[in-house]
Amino acid sequence: MRILLVDDSKTMRNIQKAVLTQLGHTDLQEACDGQDALSKAVAFKPELMLVDWNMPVMDGLTFVKTYRAQVSKTTPIIMVTTEAEKSRVIEAIKAGVNNYVVKPFTPDMLSQRISETMAKFAASQPAPTSA
Amino acid sequence: MDPAYIKPFIASIQNVFATMLQMPVTTGEPRLKTDRGAENDISGIIGLSGAVRGSVVLSFPTQTAERVVAIFAGQSLQVGTADFADAVGELVNMISGGAKALFPGNAKASISCPSVVIGQNHTLARQSDIPCIVIPCTTDCGPLTIEIALKVGEDQPVAKAAVPARANA
Repeated sequence: MRILLVDDSKTMRNIQKAVLTQLGHTDLQEACDGQDALSKAVAFKPELMLVDWNMPVMDGLTFVKTYRAQVSKTTPIIMVTTEAEKSRVIEAIKAGVNNYVVKPFTPDMLSQRISETMAKFAASQPAPTSA
Repeated sequence: MDPAYIKPFIASIQNVFATMLQMPVTTGEPRLKTDRGAENDISGIIGLSGAVRGSVVLSFPTQTAERVVAIFAGQSLQVGTADFADAVGELVNMISGGAKALFPGNAKASISCPSVVIGQNHTLARQSDIPCIVIPCTTDCGPLTIEIALKVGEDQPVAKAAVPARANA
């Protein structure tokens, strides 16, 4: 599965990479802000994105809104952020985020959210028609 | 400063260290900071704006910071490098973000991108009208401090009885 990690903190991207690698995901790319993520997402065509909220140049919420409007309405997106207030979670979901992880998180927390998100995504896809 | 705005930082630093570093943090008696000198050699700084405004500084002696960063980042990082500063910044980011979610009455605040200052005897200038509370902390990696200088808007909730924060047992 192609996964794009979007966070201005290299430390946080490395932590997420370590979790994902342990889960067997190795087709990973990174972006350091929303603008960087937009250009990389178009080329890389991720099947899942983990997106931080507070980033310079273009923040995560703006990235999600732009990505949903211009690139894909369906690619699963998990927001991974310190913004923990209920109002922020609602704002993110309205923007098109599929799931939400509040920092700090354990590897198990992140892994569980990814599994939940991909299971819901798979269930939402139309069943293949037989020939 | 209203303790109701300080306790969230104690809860948050304990949560961040327990979750990301699997390490307890013991907090000591808070005190009022009366000088502008940094408490330690490495300062991770974040600004807050909105209904609650001011700054938060996570301050480490060099040895503590090296140990904490090594566990957090999963590798030893050289003090003074961009990666080291990034790790310190992310720690203060998570602590501040977690704290602001616990502010009384859902008081709204935005947090800035973190800055990190590294060097002995550095000085951090703050707004003179905002008192700064220093909370000493101890961890398995060594001591550190968290400095909280916050001003709460007049329309924000205040604790009914201001009691001094207690040190953890």
